[in-house]
Amino acid sequence: MSAREAEPTPHSTPGSSPATSPGERPQSRAFLEARGVVVEFATRSGSVARALDGVDLAVAPGEIVAVVGESGSGKTTLARTLMGLERPVAGEVSVGDRPMPRSTRAMRTFRRKVQMVLQDASGSLNPRQTVYESVAEGIRLHRLADARSGTAEADLVAKALSDAGLRPPQPLYLRYPHELSGGQRQRVLIAGALAVRPDLIIADEPVSSLDASIRGELLALLLRLRDELGLGVLVITHDLGLAWNIADRIAVMYLGRVVEQGPTEQVLEHPRHPYTQALLSVVPEIDRLEPQVLRGEIPDPTRIPPGCRFHPRCPALAEGESERAGVADACRGVPLPVLPADDRHAAACHLDAVRHAPGTPAS
Amino acid sequence: MNAASTDVGTPLLELRDLSVSYRTTEGALPAVRGVDLTVRAGEVVGVAGESGCGKSTLATTVLRLQPRDAAVTGEVLLAGADVLTMGWGDLRAARWADASIVFQGALHSLNPVRRVGDQVAEPITLHEPTVGEDEVTARVRDLLEQVGLPEGSARRYPHQLSGGQRQRVMIAMALACRPKLIIADEPTTALDVMVQAQILDLLAQLVRDLDLGMVLISHDLSVLADVCDRVAVMYAGRVVEFGAADDVFGDALHPYARALSRAFPRIGDPAARYAPAGLAGDPPDLRSLPHGCSFAPRCPLAIDRCRDAEPPLAPHATGSDGNPRLAACIRAGEQW
Repeated sequence: MSAREAEPTPHSTPGSSPATSPGERPQSRAFLEARGVVVEFATRSGSVARALDGVDLAVAPGEIVAVVGESGSGKTTLARTLMGLERPVAGEVSVGDRPMPRSTRAMRTFRRKVQMVLQDASGSLNPRQTVYESVAEGIRLHRLADARSGTAEADLVAKALSDAGLRPPQPLYLRYPHELSGGQRQRVLIAGALAVRPDLIIADEPVSSLDASIRGELLALLLRLRDELGLGVLVITHDLGLAWNIADRIAVMYLGRVVEQGPTEQVLEHPRHPYTQALLSVVPEIDRLEPQVLRGEIPDPTRIPPGCRFHPRCPALAEGESERAGVADACRGVPLPVLPADDRHAAACHLDAVRHAPGTPAS
Repeated sequence: MNAASTDVGTPLLELRDLSVSYRTTEGALPAVRGVDLTVRAGEVVGVAGESGCGKSTLATTVLRLQPRDAAVTGEVLLAGADVLTMGWGDLRAARWADASIVFQGALHSLNPVRRVGDQVAEPITLHEPTVGEDEVTARVRDLLEQVGLPEGSARRYPHQLSGGQRQRVMIAMALACRPKLIIADEPTTALDVMVQAQILDLLAQLVRDLDLGMVLISHDLSVLADVCDRVAVMYAGRVVEFGAADDVFGDALHPYARALSRAFPRIGDPAARYAPAGLAGDPPDLRSLPHGCSFAPRCPLAIDRCRDAEPPLAPHATGSDGNPRLAACIRAGEQW
């Protein structure tokens, strides 16, 4: 709450370019931040898959950031790394300006502050646990209930459930997951996360398994939690409409890198990376763009293409645009720098670099 | 079936007042209630709705694949012949050869320990036992090429393929016996946007090239608007709106259809920014449907009269395709 009042939020000034409001949200205010994070997995054949190949990302208190990408883009690995579930081989994750803790005890505090809500609520809830037990679990684990100070466990459970929009909460206490609707189950999961009073929620595809009519209600809940509790939210999704609905900022991932990022309006209305442009063009209801259906799928992360990692599928390169701009060789051979995690709209693309060279006005 | 029954005038599929009810320990569960639907060659008809609206029951009933405990009334005419009353031999011939289904979740529908080529060949060898081995191999090769799979895919196992490629195998199987009608039940649900676009392109191209009829079932109205000619929106087992796809998606008459189309925001629409559109409440329990309109408990436009009787699916306007637009709502077209 206080965090929200203390600083203007990006969405309070829609369309304002960073140049006109410098220092709106200084980077040091980031609550959770990844810098140059590289995560690798050994494959069965002995080769190494680079799931994250240098990622910068920051989430400030009270901010909603969407990480968008297809399967294989590394977005779920990024979420797991930010939760401390994967250890980067290079780069670091910091929490409130301090490096991610390594000791078990410090990790426990960290886990209270950063909570994860997984997709598929039916698979994430224990089918033998009542709603009350599911929500109380975190409270007990973190020893948050204290009867003397007036925070009895039942009060905390009730508050978490009503914060998640399950009101009145009491009738749900003794229900089991199979007795709930899909939307209710997802809300119970969110209540379980809220119960330990986190600063940030990482939500992995929070609405993808839900029916359309329930989707809007849950997204509205995430917005309300940020407004009422000052919660930061990192949403991992493949759904650009979801980002348009709720996100302040958006980072588009491709094959282990953020390839475009910036304020949601700018990225989705004036996309600069050919990959973002293609993704937007195939959103079914957009008829203002010529659909650009890319062939094939994201390549295997054991063999990241040289130069720009998107170049083998890039329509701008295939159609000769890069050639005409004189960057085709760079596309095929010169790697791109990691995009810094700040508020500016930026794309990791050689073609974009010549189009938005210093001196030319930003989009 | 046979050539004589597929006159130009006979629709590929015609559902007449179809109702399907499941017997459960807690009483009858009416999953589909009085649905009429017609599909002709070269036409894609969409069925939209959420879990439990009856859209998948509808799909399985077309080929009489519904569970034993289902009570079915009405008619399902495949090229003029009633699937519900035909003999076992005719039914067996109708499956795959007249109509086939592409189910969602290709990973679970394919046999993980058989090569995909063998799986695509299976319906051919079962239904056309006179076809020689070499011809089967050639047809499988052509089918896999037709659905855009790389050469050599026939020898691969399902786990060696990506999700999009597996869905292509499912489509190749559905085409194996050259059916005239394909029912695609959430064919793109678990896929990424780009792969979804690839599969939808493929389906649209097959309809064009092979003059197929298609029923495309999805919870995502925006997907249907993109591919379908006409769309039926189902709620609690009934069709509550029917019309040209663009009309239903762009300017729905029924409040439920309107809520469904708003659930997927148009990117760039300032009204949707920080304002996700939802619908309070859950679909009704089909075993104890509310009196009157089954959508009334969640409807922002509901008035007392809505709770008197279930409104019939009736014409309310003329659509962009010149046909009447149907809606089951006494306040059809009103805004909120």
